[in-house]
Amino acid sequence: MKKFNVKKFFVYFFLVIGALIMIFPFYWMIINSLKTAQDMTLYPPSWTPSNWFNFENYKVAFEKAPFALYFLNSIIVTISCLIITTFTTIMGAFAFSRLKFKGRDLIFSLLLGLMMVPFEMLVITNYMTVAKIGIIDTLFVLILPFTSSIFYTYILRNFFLSIPDSLYYSARIDGASNWKYLWRIMVPIAKPSLVTITILNAITCWNSFYWTLLVINSDAKRTLPYGLYAFMTEGGSDMKLMMAAATITIVPMIILFLFARKYIVNGVARGGLKG
Amino acid sequence: MQIKIDHLTKKFPDTVAVDDFTMDFESGKLTALLGPSGCGKSTMLNMLAGILPVTEGHIYFDDDDVTDMPPQKRGVGLVFQNYALYPHMTVLENICFPLEIQKVNKAERIEKAKEMAKLVQIDQYLDRLPKELSGGQQQRVAIARALIKNPRLLLLDEPLSNLDARLRLEMREEIRRIQQETKVTTIFVTHDQEEAMSISDSIVLMKNGVLMQVDKPQELYDDPKHQFVASFLGNPPINMIDGKINEDGDFELLDNSTVIKLNSKVGQVGQEVVLGIRPEAITFDEVKNAKAEIIQRYTMGKEELANIKIGSAEIRVYLSSDYTYKTGDIIEITLRDKGVFLFDKESGKRL
Repeated sequence: MKKFNVKKFFVYFFLVIGALIMIFPFYWMIINSLKTAQDMTLYPPSWTPSNWFNFENYKVAFEKAPFALYFLNSIIVTISCLIITTFTTIMGAFAFSRLKFKGRDLIFSLLLGLMMVPFEMLVITNYMTVAKIGIIDTLFVLILPFTSSIFYTYILRNFFLSIPDSLYYSARIDGASNWKYLWRIMVPIAKPSLVTITILNAITCWNSFYWTLLVINSDAKRTLPYGLYAFMTEGGSDMKLMMAAATITIVPMIILFLFARKYIVNGVARGGLKG
Repeated sequence: MQIKIDHLTKKFPDTVAVDDFTMDFESGKLTALLGPSGCGKSTMLNMLAGILPVTEGHIYFDDDDVTDMPPQKRGVGLVFQNYALYPHMTVLENICFPLEIQKVNKAERIEKAKEMAKLVQIDQYLDRLPKELSGGQQQRVAIARALIKNPRLLLLDEPLSNLDARLRLEMREEIRRIQQETKVTTIFVTHDQEEAMSISDSIVLMKNGVLMQVDKPQELYDDPKHQFVASFLGNPPINMIDGKINEDGDFELLDNSTVIKLNSKVGQVGQEVVLGIRPEAITFDEVKNAKAEIIQRYTMGKEELANIKIGSAEIRVYLSSDYTYKTGDIIEITLRDKGVFLFDKESGKRL
């Protein structure tokens, strides 16, 4: 018979408790979104909805506010940001790691220095800029300020630097251009890093709220987080509807996470990268 | 292809890596660039490949001046010390890569790659990734990838130094075989004299960026033009004794403790010289050149070595086990003509 391992027991015990604490808000959100008005009046609140397949709240939420539209807006914004940011990140990282030009390291240091400036401060100047261009209250304004990222460029640049020079020279001797080398050799090798960056970026874009709140006025341009916020203030305080709306908001990210879990954990463990 | 290097110099901010280097590499031959680390041999190779720009001088491939030609136009294949295989591609894809860049159609390049794989004997591993191969197999892939575009010149940078001793022996012969089968002009860099001696047609010995001597391996060993060449080649190493030439034209130790008679009296009286004696260049036959004391004998398997003392100088020589000398015996030694060299102390040049 296997000996009872006290140390292991405690390790797993605390891990289980930790996991439960993490899961609980999600659980609470989901069961409340499935409850009927009657369930909600119970005191103490019940741990399970009376009917697990009561999707009435979702229907009502969709009727009360155009969540489908919000959803679409969020998708458009997130995917645009992702494609453009990933592209600029790759190009930037390549330039700062592989190309030699005057002042390269100085420019890069300055860019890194910019990371010290908090986003909340940039919001003011960014707002003034987009107001001047006259693109306020469009989806474009949600994309434009987020088409590059110094942080992700930095992460990817460091990864690129770790790829031996000999690979580059070898490819050059074989006749590959910088462009070809980047897309045929470097990017495939950096795939794990890229996936991590993309996912973290997707989560950030998807949850982006503050900027949206500032620059979007019309109902039709709202993204999900803003829509959810508006729904809470405008739609009264019906808890079960709010929970349904919140669930709609996070489901895509949960799906994304489940698919790419392996990469996120690897990337974070390797690069000491945080979202 | 004949390679002509004309007064080539490479300066780095704080050093001169290659200094006024002039020589020709023979077409279709395997040439070793040999020298201690930091002697500029890798710099040389990188300049031939076009990775490093040249400071001064010219490089010619046959009649083309390639000095400022970018690497991809030179038609060279380069095998890096760490092989530089693309980790995300299979063996087949790796070998195909140069042709893929040249936009050769897929069927043709796969056929060609398989042919190359057969040449270097890795055809059974085509679907593997580089990390699933041993060092020797990776080396073969790298060679196949370098050869697939029919280079005019094949360059190998320390091709064997990442392999363990047994594989090294095997790959060494493989490189020789592949070179002889393909007849491609090949230059490889090494710091291992044995490696260079065993497979190359000729050896270029370098020191501090300067060309010391170019010769066939055996001639380099038998006929060194410089003290450095003599001391770099040979294991156990050559014995070097400082001294001067006395009135009779013979060699006298600096502290006058003894005289060694020389077979050929090439030095000038009073000149300070260094006498180089290869361990196998001493016998105990009729002609007696000097007296010596046996300090210690030890066996090294098939052969026996002895430390002997000539005057105040202690040298190491081969001693056939037929001799029954014991430690402390005073014996008379004979210098053979072969393997005994006299160098000028100042310039290091052979007299």
